[in-house]
Amino acid sequence: MAEPGKIDPMHQFEVQPIFDGFTLFGQQISFTNSALWMLIVLGLLYVFMMGGMKRELVPGRWQIMVEGVVGFVDNIIATSIGPNGKKYTPWVFTLFMFILFSNLLGMMPFGIIPGIHPFTVTSQFTVTGLLAAISFSIVLIVGFWKHKFHFFSLFIPHGTPVVMIPLIFMVELLSFLVRPFSLALRLFVAMIAGHILIKVFANFVIQAIDAGGASWLVALLSIVFIAFVSALELLVCAIQAYVFALLTSLYINDAENLH
Amino acid sequence: MPQISQLLEVYGGQFFWLLIVIGIIYFGIARNMVPKISKTVDDRQKRITDDLAAAQGAQDRAEQIETNYRTSINDARADAVGNVNEAKAKAALKNEAAIKRADAAIAKKADEADAELKAAKTAALKEIEAVAAEAAQAIVATVSGAKVSAADAKKAVKAAF
Repeated sequence: MAEPGKIDPMHQFEVQPIFDGFTLFGQQISFTNSALWMLIVLGLLYVFMMGGMKRELVPGRWQIMVEGVVGFVDNIIATSIGPNGKKYTPWVFTLFMFILFSNLLGMMPFGIIPGIHPFTVTSQFTVTGLLAAISFSIVLIVGFWKHKFHFFSLFIPHGTPVVMIPLIFMVELLSFLVRPFSLALRLFVAMIAGHILIKVFANFVIQAIDAGGASWLVALLSIVFIAFVSALELLVCAIQAYVFALLTSLYINDAENLH
Repeated sequence: MPQISQLLEVYGGQFFWLLIVIGIIYFGIARNMVPKISKTVDDRQKRITDDLAAAQGAQDRAEQIETNYRTSINDARADAVGNVNEAKAKAALKNEAAIKRADAAIAKKADEADAELKAAKTAALKEIEAVAAEAAQAIVATVSGAKVSAADAKKAVKAAF
């Protein structure tokens, strides 16, 4: 917990119950701030998508934005999976939009309104882990469903010398099994790193002002740095959403097309 | 790090709410709204392609019509020139024939007139001869008292002419 006058940079990642819910499989399901912000993401995404549902022949700005995002995801699928990938578009779209909206919402300066504590859903390993696990499950199910045990040939690249096959197989299998963790950790780490950095420099600002004297210079420098990091983080928000969607579609491509 | 220290207490709730939200996004938005939006884009693209094709067709047709118009104008012009030439030739032939006919008629008339003139001249000469012979007879009779026969007088007059 934060001491008075000091910012705990990790406090923002704490999941706090808003009201207690029920127990399911021995787990307490409470309505938490995390759940609240997930629902806000859902609401914003719904409002955003409704703006694209006017379906006019000559689109307005909002409709162009929505159509642009839809076309962007379609494009990811088309280039990484090909014509067979159409059935995975909904899942990749869900991933991309949920992550993008969560990331951006977490970066919005709602904290300046007293009583509102913004919460970045994607800075929770439970969230990114579940998303990655679903993506990885899709890869496994599709791979073994379509190719049966041929799917294991994914771990033996073309032209591998016979002697090397066992070793290469183990290496490839290991890198395959690491995929869901790297997928989940990449997003999770990218999100918390920026948020912690901003909080740490905000801490500097307060301490420098408290110290008085010429240290206002440090405060000013820290504020400039926060502005830069915030701009960078906005970029990271979009890139991480893109990377997650792109890697998911690339992994699905392995299962769908197998070499 | 609260993500790790809280992990065991919150993962149930996190999974629960995340699955609900993700499920709503997947079934409500990604499977329901996105295809409609994609369809709108495809329809628009199709419409644009169709319109462009229609415009291309219309332009081709217009060009075809213009070519047809050009050829028909050229044909008509050639026809007209031919007709004019033909008419000119016909008219020239007609004129020539008419001139020939007129020439022939004029020549005939001139010949007749000539013949008449000659006849009149001969007649006149004969009359003059007769008158001159009578006059010569009378003159001779008056001057010399000699009688000259009419036949002699005529001979003399003829010789004198």
